[in-house]
Amino acid sequence: MDLDVGPSGCCYSHISCYSLSRDSVFLLTNMAAEDLPSEFDVVILGTGLAESVVAAAFSRVGQRVLHVDRRSYYAANWASFTFNGLLTWIQQHHEESQPEEAQDWSSLLEEGEELIYLSNSKSESDSISNVQVFSFTSEEEEEEEAPSPDPPSIAEEQTGGAEEDAVKENSETESADSKEDDTKEKSEATADGDDEEQASQTEGEEPEADQPTTSAAQSQSEPIKKKISYPQLLKEGRRFNIDLVSKLMYSRGSLVDLLIKSNVSRYAEFKNVTRILTYRHGKVQQVPCSRADVFASRQLSVVEKRKLMRFLTSCMEETEEQQAYNGRPYLEFLCDQQLGDNLQDFLLHSIAMVTEDTPTEEGLTSTRHFLRCLGRYGNTPFLFPVYGLGEIPQCFCRMCAVFGGIYCLRHSVNCLVMDKETNRCKAVIDSRGQRISCSHFVVEEGYVGADRKQMATPTRSLSRAVLITDGSILPSDSDQQVSMVTVPPIAAGCPAVKMVELCSSTMTCMPGTYLVHLTCQSVGSAYEDLSPVVTRMFHTPESHDQENCPSVLWCLYFNMADGSGLEAEGHNLPSNVYMCSGPDGGLGHEHAIKQAESIFQKILPEEDFCPPAPNPEDIIYDGDNTSSAMGGEEEEKEETEDKQEKEEKEDKQEEKEETEDKQEEEEKDGAGEMEKEEEQTLQTEE
Amino acid sequence: MHGRVKLKSTAQQEEEKKKEREKKLKIYVATRDACFSKRKESICDDEALQLTQQLLSSNPDFATLWNYRREILMHLETVKDEDEIQKVYISELSFLESCLKVNPKSYGSWHHRGWVSARLPRPDWARELSLCDRCLSLDDRNFHCWDYRRMVVKMSGVPVDQELAFTDRLIGSNFSNYSSWHYRSTLLPLLHPESPEPPSPCREPPHSSLPPSPQTHSHRVCEEQLLKEYELVQNAFFTDPNDQSAWFYYRWLLGRAEREEMISCVYVSREEERVAVAFSRPVNAQSVGLLLVLDGQPQRVEWTSVHPRFKHSPVWICALPPGTISDITNEHNLTVHWTEKHTHRDCALYTGRSESWCRDSATDQELFRSELSVEKTSVLQSELQSCNQLQELEPLNKWCLLTIILLMRALDPLGYEKETLAHFQTLKEVDSMRCAYYSDLCSKFMIENTILKMEYAEVRVFSISDKNLTTLCHLDQLLLVTHINLSSNQLQRLPPQFAMLQCLEVLEADNNSIESLEGVYHLPKLEEVLLKNNKISTLADLQPLASCPRLKRLDLRGNPVTQTANIESELAELLPSVTDLLL
Repeated sequence: MDLDVGPSGCCYSHISCYSLSRDSVFLLTNMAAEDLPSEFDVVILGTGLAESVVAAAFSRVGQRVLHVDRRSYYAANWASFTFNGLLTWIQQHHEESQPEEAQDWSSLLEEGEELIYLSNSKSESDSISNVQVFSFTSEEEEEEEAPSPDPPSIAEEQTGGAEEDAVKENSETESADSKEDDTKEKSEATADGDDEEQASQTEGEEPEADQPTTSAAQSQSEPIKKKISYPQLLKEGRRFNIDLVSKLMYSRGSLVDLLIKSNVSRYAEFKNVTRILTYRHGKVQQVPCSRADVFASRQLSVVEKRKLMRFLTSCMEETEEQQAYNGRPYLEFLCDQQLGDNLQDFLLHSIAMVTEDTPTEEGLTSTRHFLRCLGRYGNTPFLFPVYGLGEIPQCFCRMCAVFGGIYCLRHSVNCLVMDKETNRCKAVIDSRGQRISCSHFVVEEGYVGADRKQMATPTRSLSRAVLITDGSILPSDSDQQVSMVTVPPIAAGCPAVKMVELCSSTMTCMPGTYLVHLTCQSVGSAYEDLSPVVTRMFHTPESHDQENCPSVLWCLYFNMADGSGLEAEGHNLPSNVYMCSGPDGGLGHEHAIKQAESIFQKILPEEDFCPPAPNPEDIIYDGDNTSSAMGGEEEEKEETEDKQEKEEKEDKQEEKEETEDKQEEEEKDGAGEMEKEEEQTLQTEE
Repeated sequence: MHGRVKLKSTAQQEEEKKKEREKKLKIYVATRDACFSKRKESICDDEALQLTQQLLSSNPDFATLWNYRREILMHLETVKDEDEIQKVYISELSFLESCLKVNPKSYGSWHHRGWVSARLPRPDWARELSLCDRCLSLDDRNFHCWDYRRMVVKMSGVPVDQELAFTDRLIGSNFSNYSSWHYRSTLLPLLHPESPEPPSPCREPPHSSLPPSPQTHSHRVCEEQLLKEYELVQNAFFTDPNDQSAWFYYRWLLGRAEREEMISCVYVSREEERVAVAFSRPVNAQSVGLLLVLDGQPQRVEWTSVHPRFKHSPVWICALPPGTISDITNEHNLTVHWTEKHTHRDCALYTGRSESWCRDSATDQELFRSELSVEKTSVLQSELQSCNQLQELEPLNKWCLLTIILLMRALDPLGYEKETLAHFQTLKEVDSMRCAYYSDLCSKFMIENTILKMEYAEVRVFSISDKNLTTLCHLDQLLLVTHINLSSNQLQRLPPQFAMLQCLEVLEADNNSIESLEGVYHLPKLEEVLLKNNKISTLADLQPLASCPRLKRLDLRGNPVTQTANIESELAELLPSVTDLLL
């Protein structure tokens, strides 16, 4: 076990705060195994969103928190990875899971105690499945010029049976790539000059008319733009922050409220989703949802504009007319409002985001939620965290650490020590055999064996696809759009797909590319569910007549267990053990936040859930020499600020201005708390 | 507990804050005093710059300090070379930026920025523009910024089309911001001016002696662009019909062309030996260079307005020297020159005629039709259609109703009279706060319609009884009317403008709520005044009538004044000419 050595090097109680660097890695405090205290109020296993919120909430009210995760990264299935990090993750899921060495810890038991073993398999094979990767980029740097004998795609379409093999094949190719990386980079440097010459020739003459269709089409439509190659993706891999879950933050949703209330918002930055799109009649269209959108829309007639605005205003209030439709489909209600097909589709699929047979009351509730979120921070109801969703759990972990929580990654809890008489968990035994007593234990469901938990049947899962593309599905004046796209079922029985297209200014993908997340409730495997949508909306070797669509450079399909399948009650666990589910299929974060809050309230019903964190200057540190404390603090602060400034300069020069503006905007909106004031959050270390 | 976070207590925090405040105040006061004493000694050094900067950054609205700073800077200009000055001013600009962050609506900061920008040896206008844009994106109604931006645009000569694109952007992000719409209305006529119209051949003025006069369109926009603007603005008011910005802009688009300045009527009366002249707008005849030529001879006359209350009036009168036109066997030719505007109007008084006039009537001038400037009926018709469409969706929207009324008037004021009245009724119900405004507007339209009817009938009788009139207007158009019937309305007064009815012989105004007769003043031909059932309460209210020499018949039945003691004898004294008095 290798814990990172923090800069303080003496004690475990302060986490170094500037060590939460941009690339989402905590440097952990220095901590030898024997240093772990043997007693905590709460031990939390798993660093997913709900667990992290719980950790922050406990630590904030003075509880002693130990927060561990057996993985080497934060946020569990909520994590974001660099491109290379994701490749490693994929590889892990292809490896055969090692059979657990069942160790016997009964020597640590006392009278009247018994052990409950947790499952600690290395690959979360139970929550992630059907991982398939396709790369449509060239292996070579000079892809356009060198006519290759084979089409540039690595993988052909896989049938269900050959799946595992295919997956292996892919991962093999990938690892091969990374080895070759170095040599390629070298050759690239020398080849560069020739490259340009050749490119200019190609532009003028288009001599390669009988090239394979992909590259020919590419060079015709966009002769100047050079296609991004696989080595480039690897080289720029650090610019990617690819989320395992795809969610957005409703600007009046429970997560945003919590971030503001707790001041955790200061640890992150957010961007507005700039537009809502939908896929209708084979075309991508913008959904007018805000007043400004409706005004500017070119697809709607003025009368439709009026009808839409009137509906949006009137549906905010409950009327008897609406109640008359209770239990009947929302679609029926919309039909009777005489809105016309256009508006009906927009309202059902893109604003309410429900299906045709969702009951009216539910449809209206989600329509209202959408509308209430509009205009708080911008013209859409959604925010997206810069650097990806994986930031959010980490922000809460940081808050927990600031208030004394202790963090260990690559560290797990192997079993619980249960008092037979009281049916309570008295202590846990960690992966190195230390017995740590605790009053409460919170655990991610993945660690709990199937025999001990109650799941909804049939088991639900989510189908996910992640695409790296070379263009936006709806090009506009600005190439920095963050789009939420709703894709209604493309055929009967198909699921409705939610798609989020992220641009490079969200710091989740390299410039010149877009990161596209697709999510739906699984019907079949992720590939079966989502590839029909991908081939229709994007250009891939399998698609036909899609030359005007953005090309997919690389894509990943996988299924993930749907966290909403975990029942709230009825688990075979000690009464002071609480389970947190993995990510659910909803677009917002309501499920996880509610779960966290209810766990907190079960344990500490009297305490405030995540009260506002105080300003750093109001915090007194024990052991600080009070007389010198002020001066020291300030010095330290300045130093750290410098460091950050440097980082910022390197990392995100272009984006800085934008963020500033955004901050001001938010202030104007009365939510100044959402801003990121780095210096305020700094804690000193002595 | 080692390493646990502890918070300072509220009392502790309060105490610290209090101390902090006291410390700050002390420094502030000391710095202020230092600044003042330096200014007293007119010291213009860098230290003074620093001190004022210190104060202004915490309180950017300290005008005296800005003044002091300007003094210092102007002094520095005399001692430093251009590069140094440039540097000084650049740092001044970035200082100002920080002040604007403290208070984006500080008068002092914006004014000083304007001053600095204007003096900067090598100004960077692009930077200033982007500053404004950033400011406006935070608060699109910051009028300080709008003002400053106008200055920057003017100084740097930003092309008009770029500015128009700028308004496109602002309107796109928030169409409720009237500043952007208004700015647009100043740009469009520059970018897409209306091409000068050829004089319309179809409508020959009745008096061929007049040159055809195309209407002036100095602030109008060409039709092609106008249609695009209609589309844009319709998008706005269909999206949010309760937002007034778009409606106001729409009203501007449909707005009236400016009327040509001209003499619209010359009237001469042989008997009274006087001339009355009506202008297209109120003027001060004493100062606009009005010249009366009678049979080739310029006359020395004194112009008086119809009522002493008016210095500016559309109607002016003058008495001719006694005897010049009194002989009925003579023919006279009269010309009134408006020298200032290089325009004139002739009028011939033929043998045997006791009066004569020459004029463009309201119908000739399309006076009320052209309330909206677009002459193309089809365009207006389609605008009316879309408004009607909106009104079906939003039957109670006042802006829509009002616009429909205006469009109907522009298209066919008489044909749509019934609908117009119905819409006014709805308007008064849905917007009862502005009931009186709608009543006045409705009165105006009814009067216009009655004028049109009178003109078509070619009579000098103006009859508008029982129409709920609350106010009188367009009285200059009634210069030639001999008989007016205003009975059964809701009038409260006959305003001074009423004195423009110079030919009036009979005034019927029974069943109103008239309290004041101010405008029945020096009407030389007035013989009969019927004021049954009004609210005239004192003799003094009747005083103006004494100036009408020919008044013979007066009906005051049902007025409070009739209850006055000795009313008959008092009246006989006040109005000796009245022979037929009804009380």
